[in-house]
Amino acid sequence: MSMKLTTREVSGVTIVDLSGKITLGEGGLTLRDEVRKLLAAGQKKIVLNLGEVNYIDSSGLGELVSAYTAVKNAGGELKLLNLTSKVRDLLVITKLVTVFDVKDDEAAAVAAFA
Amino acid sequence: MTDSTKDRGTMTLESELSSVDPVEAKAEQLAREAGFDDDTSSQVAMVVREAVINAILHGNKRHPAKQVQVRFELSDEALRIRIADQGEGLDPDSVPDPLAPENILRSSGRGIFLMRAIMDEVHFHQLNPGTEIELIKYRAKKELQA
Repeated sequence: MSMKLTTREVSGVTIVDLSGKITLGEGGLTLRDEVRKLLAAGQKKIVLNLGEVNYIDSSGLGELVSAYTAVKNAGGELKLLNLTSKVRDLLVITKLVTVFDVKDDEAAAVAAFA
Repeated sequence: MTDSTKDRGTMTLESELSSVDPVEAKAEQLAREAGFDDDTSSQVAMVVREAVINAILHGNKRHPAKQVQVRFELSDEALRIRIADQGEGLDPDSVPDPLAPENILRSSGRGIFLMRAIMDEVHFHQLNPGTEIELIKYRAKKELQA
């Protein structure tokens, strides 16, 4: 299954709900486009909800990093929510878990924005 | 190669990303057959996918006249997958460490690292022309004989 993506807003924070795969040529570009669109619209508090992402590869990890740096460079903040064990394992192996602010609870993620 | 090693097929692929999915599916099927759990089988399939994508994009540079060959072997000891391209060769030591602080925010360069993290052994063989990556995952650690 390729990636699907929807966005919603909670207390001024944009939650991007992703599902499926984030891989080369599948979910990566979709995510990049969405983050660019949100930043262009001035939405700089972003949570990527990865609870339904069952597969990610090195390109997908790269897209998460690109999203993180794009938001940070725009003066915003990006957090990750609800990592599946597969995604968490890869973030741990690559030490990216030390880069991202990872939350397991949506309300806590929203509240964590300054 | 031990006597128990069985050739489980060879796939010859065009240098197109559409070639990747069938290889990944076969790798996952063989990993399950080897007795690895669901998560491990999925990870093995993922790094095979990484290796094939590297071969297509960085090895063959998507050249339509160049192919990627994938050989699967299963023995009592291990699942072994060899991915060979027809590119100009790869020096794996030239790939920057993705864990280094100056590289951690790079958007690429984690493929070979993931292969090494997930498989038990990763070997690079220089061909003429091309590079073969050999990925090995042991089925179970053997008890040391007294």
